[in-house]
Amino acid sequence: MSERDGLRIGVYVCHCGTNIAGTVDVRAVAESAAALPGVAVSRDYKYMCSDPGQDLIRQDIQKFGLNRIVVAACSPHLHEHTFRTATRTGGLNEFYFQMVNIREQDSWVHEHKGAATRKAIDLVRAAARRVARHRALEKSRTPIHPAVLVVGGGIAGIHAALTLANAGKHVYLVEREPSIGGHMAKFDKTFPTLDCAACILTPKMSAVKNHPNITLWTYSEVTAVEGYIGNYKATIARRPRYIDEDLCAGCLECIDACVFRQAKVPDEFNEDLSRRKPIYVPFPQAVPLVPVIDPEACIEFHSHKCKKTCVTACGERHAVNLRAEEKLERIDIGSIVLATGFRAYDARRSANYGYGVYPNVYTALEVERLINASGPTAGEVVLRDGRTPQTVGIVHCVGSRDENTNRWCSRVCCMYSLKLAHLVKERTGAEVFNFYIDMRTPGKGFEEFYQKLLSERVHFVRGRVAEVTDWALDSSEEGRLVIRVEDTLAGLFRRIPVDMVILSTGLEPQPDAGDVRRLFNISSSPEGFFLERHPKLAPVNTFTEGVLLAGCCQGPKDIPDTVAQAGAAAAEALALIDAGSVETDPNTAYVMEEACSGCKTCVPLCPYHAISFAQAARKAEINQALCKGCGTCVAACPSSSIGQNLFEDDEIFEESEGLLAYA
Amino acid sequence: MLRTLKYQREADPEWARQVSERPGCEGLFSCLQCGACSGSCPLSIYMDLTPRRVIALVREGFRRDALSSMTIWLCASCYSCAANCPRQIHVTDLMYSLKREAIRSRLYPPRLPAPILAQEFYAMVRKHGRNSEFWLVLRMALRSNPLLLLTMLRNGWDLVRTGRLSLRRERIHGTSELVALSGAGPRPGRAEA
Amino acid sequence: MKPYGYFPGCSLRGTGAGYEYSLLALFRVLDLPVEEIQDWNCCGATSYMSIDEESAFVLSARNLALAQKAGCKDLLAPCSACYLVLRKTQDYVARYPKIGSHVQESLRAAGLPPLNGVRVRHPLEVLYSDVGLERIRSRVVRPWRGGRVACYYGCQLVRPYDEVDRAHNPTRMDELLAAIGAPTVDYPLKTLCCGGALTGTMHPIGVRMNYILLKEAVRKGAQAVVTVCPLCQYNLDAHQAEIRRKTGTTIDMPVFFFTQLLGWALGADPESLGLKRAISGRKSIAQWFAKESAEADAYV
Ligand SMILES: Cc1cc2nc3c(=O)[nH]c(=O)nc-3n(C[C@H](O)[C@H](O)[C@H](O)COP(=O)(O)OP(=O)(O)OC[C@H]3O[C@@H](n4cnc5c(N)ncnc54)[C@H](O)[C@@H]3O)c2cc1C
Ligand code: SF4
Ligand code: SF4
Repeated sequence: MSERDGLRIGVYVCHCGTNIAGTVDVRAVAESAAALPGVAVSRDYKYMCSDPGQDLIRQDIQKFGLNRIVVAACSPHLHEHTFRTATRTGGLNEFYFQMVNIREQDSWVHEHKGAATRKAIDLVRAAARRVARHRALEKSRTPIHPAVLVVGGGIAGIHAALTLANAGKHVYLVEREPSIGGHMAKFDKTFPTLDCAACILTPKMSAVKNHPNITLWTYSEVTAVEGYIGNYKATIARRPRYIDEDLCAGCLECIDACVFRQAKVPDEFNEDLSRRKPIYVPFPQAVPLVPVIDPEACIEFHSHKCKKTCVTACGERHAVNLRAEEKLERIDIGSIVLATGFRAYDARRSANYGYGVYPNVYTALEVERLINASGPTAGEVVLRDGRTPQTVGIVHCVGSRDENTNRWCSRVCCMYSLKLAHLVKERTGAEVFNFYIDMRTPGKGFEEFYQKLLSERVHFVRGRVAEVTDWALDSSEEGRLVIRVEDTLAGLFRRIPVDMVILSTGLEPQPDAGDVRRLFNISSSPEGFFLERHPKLAPVNTFTEGVLLAGCCQGPKDIPDTVAQAGAAAAEALALIDAGSVETDPNTAYVMEEACSGCKTCVPLCPYHAISFAQAARKAEINQALCKGCGTCVAACPSSSIGQNLFEDDEIFEESEGLLAYA
Repeated sequence: MLRTLKYQREADPEWARQVSERPGCEGLFSCLQCGACSGSCPLSIYMDLTPRRVIALVREGFRRDALSSMTIWLCASCYSCAANCPRQIHVTDLMYSLKREAIRSRLYPPRLPAPILAQEFYAMVRKHGRNSEFWLVLRMALRSNPLLLLTMLRNGWDLVRTGRLSLRRERIHGTSELVALSGAGPRPGRAEA
Repeated sequence: MKPYGYFPGCSLRGTGAGYEYSLLALFRVLDLPVEEIQDWNCCGATSYMSIDEESAFVLSARNLALAQKAGCKDLLAPCSACYLVLRKTQDYVARYPKIGSHVQESLRAAGLPPLNGVRVRHPLEVLYSDVGLERIRSRVVRPWRGGRVACYYGCQLVRPYDEVDRAHNPTRMDELLAAIGAPTVDYPLKTLCCGGALTGTMHPIGVRMNYILLKEAVRKGAQAVVTVCPLCQYNLDAHQAEIRRKTGTTIDMPVFFFTQLLGWALGADPESLGLKRAISGRKSIAQWFAKESAEADAYV
């Protein structure tokens, strides 16, 4: 459409308070737009997204007979929907609209006011040229598949799965380890209430196991995901555990019967503080309570000469199957909750703290296991040589708040250090020192817990520990570990001999977070935790519709926050399912039949299998319901005979020319 | 009577800002005051102010206190602080920069050997291109405390006995090149003026 | 093979003479050619930097430029202070445009080539990476007859640059000595500073620091300390009499350069290793290194 044909564009430049107006001269942008061909009205306004701002568009459509709208404001992620709606309710087709981002892509990233303003003017000119070519289009709706995939069976995944299942939705819960439970299953007590972790977690774990709406696949991983909101297809690889879950009764006699009399394999669940057999359950409350065989350690897998006493012990049940193979499951789901959690910082990386060199330097997770009644020492806090420590030093911020390792605060270490200080003191009567940089206790009941520890006469030394060493200056230090630290509050340099050092290691993204992120097509923040759509207003959503986040995979947090976020993610999934369908942009590709030469280049390229070849006409055909608008075929067609709604060639050419038409 | 009151008018925030622009000192204002520097410093136990406290004084702009502290002369440039700082602040570079400023402003006890050694070393190397250990120590002792020479006698004899002390004055051929090089450079200290 | 450029530094021509002899002898035994940079000047050490930063970088850059002019790819700097200053010069020239342009301009004014690409290296790392433990082990001709040693790396070699070895708990010297059969002890103070020039400027403190280093070595069962830096060696070696006097202890142990032990094991002429320049622990040295113990007294 051109001016001659009655083109009447309305241009609206938003101040966004001072967000845009602080750097871009919005008045100048509006004035320059007013002079563009076809522009009937051009304004700047403080907040275009406010009700009066939207009304302005509606009224102008009526008053000036506008037939195209351009809004220069923030990111389309935030308000494209708002302004399209305003365009529609003003009486125009909502696709006669174009949005220009002069905030994230201009005012927020530039400092020079003149240059930022010129950039805004160029961008608006490009949009005005483009919008003239826009066609009227209709949105389509796609139905939402009511099943949900939850990835990760820590407390986040467990809670999200149960919430969804209780609402009557089917859930597939996929966990990589042999049992669900995540990190929480390793703890004895949880801060700040010191309630027993097992007592609150195991009921939820068995509820998962017994819930008719939950399909639980442990020892499994998602290997492929395709599709889009409402209609995802996922492939799950189920590693063989060599014990058939359906046949196993959980009597665990096979473990007793294993030819390994002594447990010899380092036990991961106990942080390698004890040993397990090649056939094992990770911990007594494991869900499912089905043993797993570790093919690395099992003799049969190496020599094929084992007596296979496990098979004999199982007898008539025939649950042990040493020839089991990986199984693939393919499922349809409408939405996905990622709850893959965190990994603890590897204390070896902080060489000055001597982890892995001095046997009496422990990580917090190791001490969680020592304290745990079902842990390697049945809850007794003893050193590797069997002695009970008289003095214990807890070093905060190991692998946190440190440019050399991880920059962020891990949020839970102060509190779990307090918890460990209390428990160690309670179990051993030891003198306990906490070495901290800042004490961070901002949760409900947290400060009170800190007070409690202070009154228990636990020592608090403010200073980042410089070194843990076995360098002794006199007999009081002989044979012990010495913590060297500046006591910044007392203003002293101190050497404190201790028997046991606990390193409060920080929380990191899982080592494979990058792969998971790519698999589910979401983003992550620079340090590797998954990125939420908006830090305040969309904390469980991602930039990929239908993929939601819960727990520590999004960032370090404690159990209360994890559970709250898991509930929120479940609610978002429920809202989607109950809406029944979602609107999708009409950005599909279509074949211009007269031009198609029938070369079939496009057919195998489509990732959604939306293109077929009509034998009779010898032309390609695109199924509009399957097309996701990725544009692959459009770019690939050698005869340029595929077009794409919303991204038509002429629209893009106009936009480019508009952008380059400065001066 | 010990008084520890500090008036805000004594602070020079502009100086603090300048310090933070010197190479290696960029992180000054991001210091956590965690004490990892002082904790790992082998000399902090002898210092009147630990390195952490020097940083606290510098960034609050208490110039005179920071520059007249003995800390900077005890610093052996061992880089422990820099290697351990969680904010990657090059505390050692900061110490160097304070030394330079203190020498220029004469904010050190007049007969303190450390700054005298630095000056004698500088003068000798600037002129001859090399340092002659014997002459350097001799000049430092004469200017700071000639009695030092007595305590050094025994040491000196050990060195002579084992052929490790040369009385030769070392110098390079290219001293004119040195002049050309330093000619293009600033006068001592101008970097921070 | 292209010779390694060699920057001895002032100390190796004085208090650290034993280092230079043993280093050159060792490299000869290993057929590694070494070529001294002509007319090198003092690196500036810590003192120059305490007066004027920019000209300190220019001063040390002259050496890099000379090495470049001589066509060197690698520049050996055996003294830790020299190594650090040269390395830091390259780093800051690259990192800070102001320092960079000043240094390059000064070099140009003096008719020297602009800095690029010479690799500053310490012999410890050269022996470890270029020669390798395997080759060292296979070249050993004299079995180790001495006692247990504590490997002392000091500060400036491993900090703030960790190219020679890591900053916390470095092990390459330990590995090299293990390769010639010398037993090493766990030495937690291996990177604690020796005080550097403090033995001169604040004598009691400097001596105290060295006492602590020696005392811990003794506690860990070491009968000698092995160093990689002339200043560390001097400090630990030259003050033992005073330490004995002040503390009433009986510490008297040899303080070696690692090149002396390696040179010995790989068959260098013992006379060429500068072992006679030791001040402390001369008895042990005589015992450990004499071919026949009868020769011992004559030897040291
Ligand atoms: C030492 C220590 C003590 C703590 N003490 C307390 C405390 O007392 N109180 C408190 O409130 N908080 C505490 N926390 C914090 C608490 O651990 C976390 O808040 C909580 O574990 C987060 O749960 P999550 O489900 O998000 O992650 P996780 O517990 O890490 O669970 C993630 C699960 O996902 C699985 N998984 C990962 N990747 C995949 C994949 N690709 N496919 C399938 N499955 C996958 C993992 O195997 C794991 O089971 C402590 C943390 C530490 C380190
Ligand atoms: S270590 Fe770094 S952050 Fe900590 S007090 Fe020292 S300079 Fe500040
Ligand atoms: S460089 Fe100076 S301030 Fe830093 S640790 Fe070493 S002696 Fe202390």
